[in-house]
Amino acid sequence: MEQKKHYRGSAKYIASEELINAVNVAALLKRPLLIKGEPGTGKTMLAQSIAENMQMRLIIWNIKSTTKAQDGLYVYDTVQRLYDSQFGEGDVRDIKQYIKLGKLGEAFVSEEQTVLLIDEIDKADIEFPNDLLWELDQMSFYIPETGETVTARHRPIVVITSNAEKELPDAFLRRCIFHYIAFPDEQMMWEIINVHYPDLDIKLVRSAVRAFYKIRSLPGLQKKPSTSELLDWVQALAAGGVDPDMIEAEMPLPGVLLKKDNDMALLQRRYGGGELPGAGRKNLTGYRRG
Amino acid sequence: MFTGLFYALRREGVKVTVIEWLALMEALELGLANNSLINFYYLARSVLIKSETQYDAFDRAFLQCFEGIETPPEITGEVLKWLENALPPLKVGQADKVADFHWSLDELKKKLAERLMKQTGEHHGGSHWIGTGGTSPFGHSGYHPAGVRIGGESVNRSAVKVAAARAYRDFRTDETLNTRQFELALRKLRLLSTAVDGERDVLDLDGTVEATGRNAGRLELVWARGRKNNIKLLILMDSGGSMNPYQRLCSRLFNAANKSTHFRDLQFYYFHNCIYEVIFNDPFCLRKNATGTYDFLRRYGPDYRLVIVGDASMGPGELLMSYGALDWGADNEEPGLTWLQRLAGHFEHSVWLNPIPRAHWEMVEGARTIKLIGEVFPMFELTLDGLNAAIKKLRVKK
Repeated sequence: MEQKKHYRGSAKYIASEELINAVNVAALLKRPLLIKGEPGTGKTMLAQSIAENMQMRLIIWNIKSTTKAQDGLYVYDTVQRLYDSQFGEGDVRDIKQYIKLGKLGEAFVSEEQTVLLIDEIDKADIEFPNDLLWELDQMSFYIPETGETVTARHRPIVVITSNAEKELPDAFLRRCIFHYIAFPDEQMMWEIINVHYPDLDIKLVRSAVRAFYKIRSLPGLQKKPSTSELLDWVQALAAGGVDPDMIEAEMPLPGVLLKKDNDMALLQRRYGGGELPGAGRKNLTGYRRG
Repeated sequence: MFTGLFYALRREGVKVTVIEWLALMEALELGLANNSLINFYYLARSVLIKSETQYDAFDRAFLQCFEGIETPPEITGEVLKWLENALPPLKVGQADKVADFHWSLDELKKKLAERLMKQTGEHHGGSHWIGTGGTSPFGHSGYHPAGVRIGGESVNRSAVKVAAARAYRDFRTDETLNTRQFELALRKLRLLSTAVDGERDVLDLDGTVEATGRNAGRLELVWARGRKNNIKLLILMDSGGSMNPYQRLCSRLFNAANKSTHFRDLQFYYFHNCIYEVIFNDPFCLRKNATGTYDFLRRYGPDYRLVIVGDASMGPGELLMSYGALDWGADNEEPGLTWLQRLAGHFEHSVWLNPIPRAHWEMVEGARTIKLIGEVFPMFELTLDGLNAAIKKLRVKK
């Protein structure tokens, strides 16, 4: 199970050196990597990039508010068994066929090493991470129904993302390698846009990025626009044929970047206008009424 | 190894545990720090620190331990080896430091590339090859008016410099907060919802199916307690003039609380400097739109959590004297402090949030009244740490 491969970042994903280091440290120390960061800094994309770069299968476990730790290990399909017993179908005595492995279980039994992404772990109940401690530590779990123990053949590389909606328990944190993805600076942002839209006019991208950081730095903004919104904006600007020179002065199409009326009003006060000449004024938002 | 860092971190309030420290040692043993301080910096941070709010504390601790130590940036290992056996730094007198204006960066880079190609070994004290203590433009500890520094004390990507930049200062939890951080903090009040009391009156569908299945088909009903949040919250905000500097901060708290949907009940009321016989329904604090404080106490039972937001700074008379209220025409027979004690006595859980930083409480103009009110209500500063502490306080009876 010795790990020979190193993560080096991939063509489609711009990773800082610190982040690459953190991934390798986590892989070599055999600990889960906990990733935090502002929305839109590519936390989820990281796992895809690792899988791609190290040529492993990616297993994604999306956490919802109702997800329980048990769901990730296995589900005992009692209803199916009951159904089968009433209609005499299948072999009811064989409990094994009613045990369905969850995402974590799937990663354990995989023939090859996998990358397991536990996405948005903070969505679940507060105790959720603690319930997974043993399984992530020992890489095995016991199924009492069949008396079987599932042990990982190859320790998966576990990437966990969190939006900090809930505090994670200390015991869980102690076992993780942590990395906070800082919001990319302008230089990095150019690279990111370039990776996504390599054909865009460089002048347009530059002034859009500059305008974007100007908007982000507005004091009192309720929801700062993120990378994905910038990507949409750049595309919208290109599609709309906007003159690169006027982007910074006029901030056209702000609706792509700002999603709150208050923020929109703030931008308006600062830069006026804010729309493409002739663009439907009313149906952007209702902020003019105020 | 490096235990100084361990204790420096604990001094800075980061509760590093032995488990994490051993993990770091394991990583060092595996050679993950690549023998460079910058790598060690990132390695130690990712292993020891578990929240971006502590990055700044880490930077401070790291500075304490490693200040003055510089490492070379990653230049080809071979060149660095030449430079390892260095001459002592070349001392150049002021008169000799003739600025060389005839150079361009591109040219210099080109020359460096050429010389890297040609040079095959160490070289020290000369004027042409890459080495130390000489006057060639390439190397370190030497002098050339327009040289390229290779190794030695570096300007670029040094760990101490990175730590000294303290880029994560903004994430410190004792800084004041934005709306979202408020929301997150308020969300913690959900912890209060006790699944312990209450009837088991909700049919646990999954549990029933599960139990019936295990029973091989004989129906067995499973009941569970509803997981409702029992928190009822009352927020009383000071809208007096002395609160103006903190308006933005308070409106953030207001927005965040307003957006939280998880409270069973949430009410806002307002007061001017101190609470007397009436409490106002809106921030304009007009008598025609007010609620009698006794009515207020009757309407909201002791199980409401009371949060008062105010700077607690006023003339001592407003707090201690009968008819001391600031408002013209207010007829408070009893001094403000009595009313405050009445409120504190009525509600089982109450806190006072003060937008003035705790460190200034004893120095500001209202120090005396802050102290007096602090004896009635547990007082916290309106920062993330303060709010979290306040919420912890709200969970238990005083």
